[in-house]
Order: sequence, then structure tokens, then C-alpha cells
Amino acid sequence: MIAPELAIPLALGVPIAGFVAIWLLDKQPNLREAATLVTGGALLALVISVFAAVSGGARPEFTLVEVIDGLPIAFSVEPLGALFALIASGLWLVNSVYSIGYMRGGNEKHQTRFYMSFAVAISAAMGVAFAANLFTLFVFYEVLTLSTFPLVTHKGDANARHGGRVYLGVLMATSIGLLLPAIVWTFVITGTTDFALGGIMADHREAVGPIAGLLLGLYAFGVGKAALMPVHPWLPNAMVAPTPVSAFLHAVAVVKAGVFSILKIAVYIFGVDFLRDTGAATPFMWIAAGSILLASAIAMHKDNLKARLAYSTVSQLSYVTLGAMLATQMGVMGGAMQIAAHALGKITLFMCAGAIYVAHHKTQVSELRGLGRVMPFTFGAFFIGAVSIIGLPPMAGSWPKFFLMLGAADRGELIIIAALMVSSILNIVYLLSIPVQAFLKAKPGAAHDFEGAWYDGPRFDAGVEGPVKPRKPGVAEAPLACLLPIGVTAAGSLILFFFMGALYDFLTPLMGAG
Amino acid sequence: MSLIAQLPVLPIIIPLVAAPLTLLLPKPRLPWVWASVVAWVTFAACAWLLATVASTGMISYHLGDWAPPLGIEYRVDLANALVLFLVSGVAALVFAFSYHSVRAEVDAAQTPLFYGAMLICLTGLLGVTITGDAFNVFVFLEISSLSTYALVAMGARRDRRALTAAFNYLVMGTIGATFFVIGIGLLYQATGTLNMADLHERLIGQDNRMVQAGFAFIVVGIGLKLAMFPLHLWLPNAYTYAPSAVSAFLAATATKVAVYVLIRFFFSVFNFDFAFIGAAFTYVLLPLGIAGMFIASLAAVFQDDVKRLLAYSSVGQIGYMLLGLSFATVEGLTASLVHVFNHALMKGALFMAVACVVLRAGSHSINAFAGLGKRMPVTTWAIILSGLSLIGVPLTVGFVSKWYLLDAAFSSGHGYSGFLIVASSLIALLYVGRLAEVMLLREPPSEGKYAFPAKEAPLAMLIPMWVLVIANIYFGIRTDLTGGIAQRAAEALMLTAGGAP
Amino acid sequence: MENWIEFVLERYNYWIVITLMMTGLYIVYARGNLVKKVVGLNLFQTSVFIFYITMGKIAGGTAPIYIGGELDHAGESHGNGQAGEKSLEREGHGEENLHDAPEGAPASSGDLHGGTDAPQGGDALHAKVENLPANDLKDALKGVDPGQGAEAGEGLHALPHAEAAKISNEALKSAGKTFPEKGFEVEGALHQAGDAANAMDGAHSALGEVIYSNPLPHVLILTAIVVGVATTAVGLALAVRIREAYGTIEEDELESMDNVAEFGDAAEARAI
Repeated sequence: MIAPELAIPLALGVPIAGFVAIWLLDKQPNLREAATLVTGGALLALVISVFAAVSGGARPEFTLVEVIDGLPIAFSVEPLGALFALIASGLWLVNSVYSIGYMRGGNEKHQTRFYMSFAVAISAAMGVAFAANLFTLFVFYEVLTLSTFPLVTHKGDANARHGGRVYLGVLMATSIGLLLPAIVWTFVITGTTDFALGGIMADHREAVGPIAGLLLGLYAFGVGKAALMPVHPWLPNAMVAPTPVSAFLHAVAVVKAGVFSILKIAVYIFGVDFLRDTGAATPFMWIAAGSILLASAIAMHKDNLKARLAYSTVSQLSYVTLGAMLATQMGVMGGAMQIAAHALGKITLFMCAGAIYVAHHKTQVSELRGLGRVMPFTFGAFFIGAVSIIGLPPMAGSWPKFFLMLGAADRGELIIIAALMVSSILNIVYLLSIPVQAFLKAKPGAAHDFEGAWYDGPRFDAGVEGPVKPRKPGVAEAPLACLLPIGVTAAGSLILFFFMGALYDFLTPLMGAG
Repeated sequence: MSLIAQLPVLPIIIPLVAAPLTLLLPKPRLPWVWASVVAWVTFAACAWLLATVASTGMISYHLGDWAPPLGIEYRVDLANALVLFLVSGVAALVFAFSYHSVRAEVDAAQTPLFYGAMLICLTGLLGVTITGDAFNVFVFLEISSLSTYALVAMGARRDRRALTAAFNYLVMGTIGATFFVIGIGLLYQATGTLNMADLHERLIGQDNRMVQAGFAFIVVGIGLKLAMFPLHLWLPNAYTYAPSAVSAFLAATATKVAVYVLIRFFFSVFNFDFAFIGAAFTYVLLPLGIAGMFIASLAAVFQDDVKRLLAYSSVGQIGYMLLGLSFATVEGLTASLVHVFNHALMKGALFMAVACVVLRAGSHSINAFAGLGKRMPVTTWAIILSGLSLIGVPLTVGFVSKWYLLDAAFSSGHGYSGFLIVASSLIALLYVGRLAEVMLLREPPSEGKYAFPAKEAPLAMLIPMWVLVIANIYFGIRTDLTGGIAQRAAEALMLTAGGAP
Repeated sequence: MENWIEFVLERYNYWIVITLMMTGLYIVYARGNLVKKVVGLNLFQTSVFIFYITMGKIAGGTAPIYIGGELDHAGESHGNGQAGEKSLEREGHGEENLHDAPEGAPASSGDLHGGTDAPQGGDALHAKVENLPANDLKDALKGVDPGQGAEAGEGLHALPHAEAAKISNEALKSAGKTFPEKGFEVEGALHQAGDAANAMDGAHSALGEVIYSNPLPHVLILTAIVVGVATTAVGLALAVRIREAYGTIEEDELESMDNVAEFGDAAEARAI
């Protein structure tokens, strides 16, 4: 085991080394992919060692360079960051395996550039996770935005250009236009941007008090990656990217970096007590609740599978924001858990969507009817992921909802509880209907009408025509490299349900001073 | 008399004496070699000067050994040592860079003249910066301007519009310089001295109409030279049609030196007891700076010529410097000085990259940049990195500038202007994004006017350009040199000017 | 009314400066012909030359050239002053030099300061003279050095320089009544200062000194003339080159030719 202090710079450096290796191995795809996987494995090992150290109570620190007086690029790992780093690096490895399958299966162009961007992006995500101050967080936040831009515009056609424009436009506009002034303002008032338990604003109550709401607003909307409505449009627009990218955006790093930042700012900059006492967070709590419901409602009307998932993400991210804005310990806990649970659930769903695209080139929800019998494994995993997102036991996603409701109850906000419940119902409608229809409904235009044949599906396998050469009659799954990761994450969703207690203990220090 | 004692005069003497010699050298290569060597020696002298000043404090050098109030004094403190370092550094890089570009864009017969004029221009710019004598500023300003008019006009080989651009620049520049000299005259009438330090002492407590008029004339005169927003009309054309190497040199140095002169007059000649200065900050620099930031940046978005785009962007960026200045605090002044330095790095690199494209494509229309990422990847990435710096992305100098500016805005109680600063950098995002999209996501035209073979610029151009690009990143991470010195310089200037108004 | 006319007429040279300046600027702005523009620019600059020369002019003063007869007399003090010069440059307003110099100066200077009835006004005015364009060649050569020591009392010198200047300003305000309000006309104010100034002039003639015009503005304007000539040359050369390239030097024609070229480009850019 290497010292965690050393593991921090290594966790940032290894992907960069991977970046160089991928670049050099441009002409040898096999070695190039091996480089990606080795990078992923090494990174995961490093992060696990940091994670273990943090769970043992250590707070490893590392300072890279002091840019401006009082503004170093410094790292310090606390539980929330360790958790985010673990999720990101773990899922990055899984996602890398998946993208190899996807990119080869789809014969995509510019694969080297693709993997290179991925490597930089994960390095930036590590930087966000480990950041010891807002300044460092901002630096890596921007690197993350820029390094994912080539991924979003990967296809290079007019659609991709437009999507890329919106993606970069919204994220840069919010981060430079709102987040940066907020950080500088904080720096001017408090003289520091360091994350400190209990918040750094608490000592400057008189100065911050009148503008606390404004500052919080700047942060909440400035972190565009958290996709709090109305700064969400980049997320659906980024759907033009290949599916592994979408998975990366939605589950592994990008949006998670956003909500992670929100939580971190709420807990370590403002401090939960300060937020509750000043009541600054209340308007944003309602905005988050509105965002949850509105995004769900929009998702219901989306026929494009990835667009539907995108709006589902917008909705689910607002759970985390809501948790932060509830300004209670249980809310924060729920938000932190939501990061983990949603990551596992959503990456499963996206990889399933990608698998469907690779195997059958289907993108619309309405085209999926009856496909469940052709891709039983994929849709089985989709089902598990959907259940987890909705928040039904025994899936990991149920815990965060539980804690969020506890948090809302602490504050006596019954309407919030109601909103959470309504949202879950909406989720059932637009997410669970997909696998159910895939399994139970007939393929459009199929000879037999399966309408009404409740759960008798598998018997009619022979009646379905698979467009791809079936391995066994009627079954046509995506390549194994795609299926394996799906299995891992789906299983992860299930397993995390039972280990949420450990996660709770791990995250407890977060609420220590709060 | 040892060389060290004469150090402050070296940056002036070396290029001035070297300039006519370029005319005697045989044509194709030697004038360039000579000019580059001279520029590097000058740079070494300036770097030495900066190091000396940083460690021992202000140097006062008496030209010809005549005592200051009457004789001309060279007065080097941190503020102008930093600008000297910057100007000579950029010059050294641009000179080394220029050979191929000049061969392609300037008549062969004119190349010795070209390098001679460049050296004279360098002399003028360094002279403006180093001198402590108000009238001497005018003289050097005109030395640099006159050579600049000629240099801009040399772009006529490629585009005859360079001539009209140079003529307009001459008219505007001369009016500016004359305004400046009227202002100096009025100050002289009020005080009987031309030495800046002496002027400063004698202006204390003087607040009559003569001084006010002098002040106004000086501000307008320098405003013309530095392309302060409504007075910027000469700049876009001059930068667009000048030979690319000249654009790179001017964009990185000329306006910066003018900004420095403005700072010098505001803070070292006048003082805050002088009521006009507060008014100038509040009613002239602040609104004009903000207007420039927005209007000129917006104009940049709609340009179809990349050099003109960058020129308008320069006008916008000058707005930031004026804005920082107008806060009249140590933080604001620091931000201004830092941005002077940083903006020179970005614009220098960008114009150099455009010069590379012009060399290969023969055009600086945005059409020539379509698909550049496939044809000239090294140049493309130089443009993208310095473009990011222009937007103010972290880890680049642009971010450092923005940070200092925002810091100054919030701590001086001009919080709203902080938001205006970031809003206008989003406009920079628009035009840089547009350029980047054209370069990366478009297919290179395979035929027609803008088709040209995929071939990088020669190494002799790429290396100086990338030195600047790397400087963009280095100074974005290490700010001891820029921020640290600028802060000390700003504190000293504020002390002279007498604290907050 | 009479005062008013006097006020205008007294400043006739300034009116010339302003008229020339505005004419020049107007020509630059309004004329389309490039050569006319250059001429306008020239006119504009000329007005500044006149302005500077006006500044250096002192009523009753002569050109700043040594007149032989005075040489002997002034020679002493000069020799002294120049001897002290080198060391002075290093030490600035070194007290020693300042005190040394008066020894060479005629005793009457001491009388002037000791004896005049308005020591306040007189002293202040002398200090002011040193602030204003220096009044004679010796002053100009030595700046604030021995000459000043000779004329201005030692009491003033004990004060720091800046303070001295301030005090003199204030004193002048009381003595010279309208000085700050009168704006541009410092010399006018100086002469209006009346008795004290006359006394000073008298003192000068008593010393056998000749009043010179201030040479510095002349020197400055020589430089400015060189710059102006250079600008005109470059401007005209550009006009010639423009004529070669475009076939015209009328601005509107040039503009329309440029516009065609520009719009051509823009149209192409929009096509992509």
C-alpha cells in the first residue's frame, strides 16, 4: 500500500501518463486499449488506498503549487471526496471496458482521440474530488468541461456541433459567469477558499448575511454541471455523443462532479447550520423540488431513449441539490448517498441503451416493444437499474430517498416529502414502462398479438425475428465487452443496498460539526 | 564608468544604434539575424534591469550626467521594469519569429528597412517606458509611432488597404501625440518642470484650470494611443493589414506601453488630491472601459477576418485594463498591470499563430481556418490554448488576470462590475469558440481560394510561438513574477499618488 | 468693458493658438484629400509650437544668448556655480553648495531680501519664479541651484522643497490676488502682481542682469518641430504610395474602393 499523500498526485498523474501512452500507441488499437485498462486499474487501486485511509480517519493532503497568494492548487481528501473518487474511478474502469466494446462494435472513428479525452477527463474528475479549496475545484471543474468537449462532439456532424456548442456554452457561461464571481466574492469576504468543516462563512456572518442568498444562488446555478433547472439544457444536448460518453457524463464524472460540488459548497463553505439559520437555502430547496418534478414530467414525453434518460438525470440530480438545500444532516447524507446510488443505476441504464443501439440500432422508446425477448439480459439489467433509480428496495436507490424524506421531515416540509413521492411515481411511469413493454408487448408488426398475455412472454420466443444472427433462437445481445460492465453495475446497485450502513458510517464525519 | 552603472540606458542605446546598421547588411538573412541578436541582447539588459530593480529598488539614471529637474532622467521602478521586460521579451520572440513571415509578406527590397524600423519602434516603446521626463515620453512616443506607421504600410504588398490603414493611424496617432504635448505644455506652464517626479511634487495642491486642461489633454492624447474605446478606430485596420509579424509585435506591446503611460501619469504625476482624477476614474475610465469590454468584444464576434477579430478583441481587453485602473485601489492597479502583461502573452501568441496561417494559406480570412486542425495541428493548438487564455480558463494567464480583476472589483465595492467582467469574457467565449469550431469541426476545403496543402509552418516560427503559448500556461500557474511584482509596483504607485481618493 | 477688451487683447497669442488649432483639426476632419489632411495636421502642430513659444516668452526678455558686457560680472557667480555643479548633481539640493554659491553673488541680493518692505511677497514670488519657467539663463543652467540660493532667502531653503513650493503658492495667492482664477495666464498674473514684481525687475536691473526668455520651451519645440516634419514626411510619403496603389488620394473614393474589397470578402465568408 502506498502512502495516501503520494496516492493523491499519482491518482491525478496516472491518467495523464495513460493519456500519453494512448497517444503513443495510436496505431496499435490492442495495446492502446490495454493502456486504457491498465490506467483504469491502477487508478482504481490508488483511489481505493486513499479511500481506505480516509475511512480510517486520515485526511491526506497534498499541495501542488501556489498560484496566487493564498490560492494554492491543493488537495485534501475527506469522505465525500473519497466517495466521489471511488465511484468515478470504479465506474470509469467499467465504462472503459464498455466503451471498447461499443467503439469497436460501432466502428467509430477517432478512437485514439476519444480515449485520450477520457483519460484527461478522469484526471480532472479526481482533481475535483480531492480539491482542498474552491479554487482547485474550479480549476479542475473547467478542465473537466473542456476535456469532455471533444467527446461530446465526437461525431463531428452538424448535430454534434450544435450539441457541443450548447454543452460548452452553458457550462462555461455558468461557471465563468456565475461560479467564478461567487468564488472571488467568497475569497474577498472570507480571505480564503479552503473547505472547512462547518463552513467558512460562519465566521463572517455580518458580511455574508445579507448576500447569503445571492451567493448561494450564484453557486447553485454557477455549478452548471449540477443541471439545476434552468441551467440543464446542456445535458439533453450532450446526448448526441456516443453512449459511453453519455454514461460518463451522467454517471461517472461530469454531473456527479456538479452535484458533488454543490454538496461540498453547502457543507464546507456555507456550513449546514449557517444555511439553516439564515434560511438562505429555502428558495433553492423549492427550485430543486420543482426541478425534480418538471424534469420528470418532460422525461415522460421523450420518445428518444437517451433523451428520456437525460431528463431523468436532470431530475435525479436535483435530489442531491435538494439534499444540500434542505440544510439538515439527513438531507446532506441523503444527497451524498444519492450520488453513489444514482451513479450505479444510471450507468446501467445508459450502457443498456448503448447495448441496444449497438445490437439493433434502436434509439426510440416506441421501437423497443418486444425487444426484451431478444435481449433478455440487457433488459433485465435495465429493469434493475430503473428500480434503483425509482428508489424501490432492494435496490441502492431506495436509501437516499429515505434519508431525503427524513431530512425533509426534520424541517417539517411535508410538501417536499409529497414531491419526492410524486417524483417516484413519475419515475415508475417513464422508466419502468420501458423494460415492461420490452418484455411484455409484441414487436410492432410481429405476426402474433401478445396483448394481454400476462407474463407468458418467453414461450413465444420463436415467434420473434432477430435482426442479427441469433446465438440461440431469438436472442441477439450486444458484444460481451458491453454486457459484462452492465452486469457488474447492475449487481453493484443491488449489493450497495445492503452495504449502505457502511457508507453511512463512512460519511458520518461529514455531519460531525453540523 | 562600468557597464552596470549604465545599465538603464542600454535598452535604448542598443536598438537605436543597431537600427541603421541593418540597412548596411546584405539582404536575405543578415538583417534579420542582426535584429534578432540585438533584440535578445536588449531583452537580456531589460531582464537584468528588472532583477536589479526587484532586489535594490528604484534606479534613477541621469542621461548625460545632467541633474534631474533639468536634465533627462531615466527612472526605473518595478512598474516600468516589468513593462520593459515584457516589451523586450515579446520583441525578442517576435524578431526571431519573423523571418519567414516577413519574407512572405514584405518586399524583399524592404526587409532591411523593415528590421530597422522594427528596432526603432522597439527603441521608442522602451524609451516611453523607461523615461522619467514627461516631454521625453512624447519624443519616444513619436519615435515608435512614426516607425509603426511605416511598418503598417509595409503590409501593402499583400493588401493595399495597409496604406490607408497606416495613413489613418498616422492622422489619429499624430493628433493623439499633439494633444499629449499640449497637455505637457500646460503642466509645464503650471509648474516649470518636465521631470515627472518634480511635476508630481509641484502639482501637489494645485487644482486650477490650467492643470485640469493639461490633465484632460493628456488623458485624451494617451487614450488615442492606447485605443481607449471610442478612440480605437485606427486600431482594427492597422492590425489587420500590417504584416503579421508587425501585428504580433504591436498587439503585444504598443497599446500596453500606452496603458503604462496612462498609469504613470495618473499615479506618479498627478495625485489623488487633484479632484479631476477621481472624476476621470469614475466618469471616463470606468464607463469607457466597460463599454469597450462589451461593444468591441461583440464587434469581434461578427468579424470574418481573424486578424480583425483579434484586433477588436484587443480593444475589448484594453477595457479590462482601464477598468482595473479606474478602481483606484492597489488591487485594481495590480490587476491592470497583470493584465497588461498577460494580455501581451495571449495576443502575441495568437497573432503569431495567425502569421503561421497567413504564411501557408496566404489569407487571414476565417475561411482559411476551416479544418485547420487537420492541416496545421501544431498551430491550431497554439491558437486554442491562447484562445482559452483569452477567455480566462484556469491554468492560463487569462484566468489569473480575471481573478485579479474580480478580486479588485469585489474588494473595491464595484461588485456589479465583477459580473460585467465575467459577462464580457463570455463574449470572448463566443468568438474564440467560433474560431475553434471552424478549425476543429469543419472539413478543410479541398479546392478554391482557401485550399492549401497540409503543411506546418517552419520550426523557426513554431518555436517562438510555442514559447509564448507555454508562457501563457507557465504564468497562469506561477504568478510570482507577474502578480508579485505587479502588486509591489501597484503599492508603490498608490503610495506616490497618495492613497485612496 | 474696458477690462474685458484688455483681457482679450492681452492674450492675443493664445487666441491665435486656439484659432490655428481648431482650423487644423477641422481640416483634418473635414477634408477628404489626404494631402490637405496632412497640411491640416501640420497647422494643428504649428499651433502647439506657438503655444510653447508663448510660454517661454517673458515681457522685456531677450533671446537666451549671453551678452558680452555682463560676462565679467556674472562670470564669478557662474564659475562658482559650475564648479559646484558636478557635486550638486549627486547630492541634489545639497545644503553646502547652496550656501557656498551666495558668496560669489553680489551682496545686493542679500539687501533685496533683507531690505524689501514685502519680504513675504517678494520671497514667495522668487520661489515662484523658480517654479515658473526659469527666468534667466543662469537659472536655467543651474536649475534650482546656486542662483536660487542667491535670490531666495535661506529661510525658505531650510524648508523641504515641496513645502516651499506650497508656501510660495499660498503666498502668491494672497499677493497676486487673481492668480489661480486667471487660469492660463500665469505670466499675466505675475505682472499684475504689481509692486513686488516690479521691485524684482528693478532688482534684476540693479544687478546688471539681462532678462532672458525661458529657453526650455524653445528647445522643446525644436524637438517637436523635428517630430512634426517627420510626421509630415511620412504622411506625404504614404499619400504618394496610396496614389500609386489606388490612383487617387480622395478619401471617399478610397473608402468606396476598400468597401468593395471588404464586402467581397464578407460575402465569401457568409457562404461557408
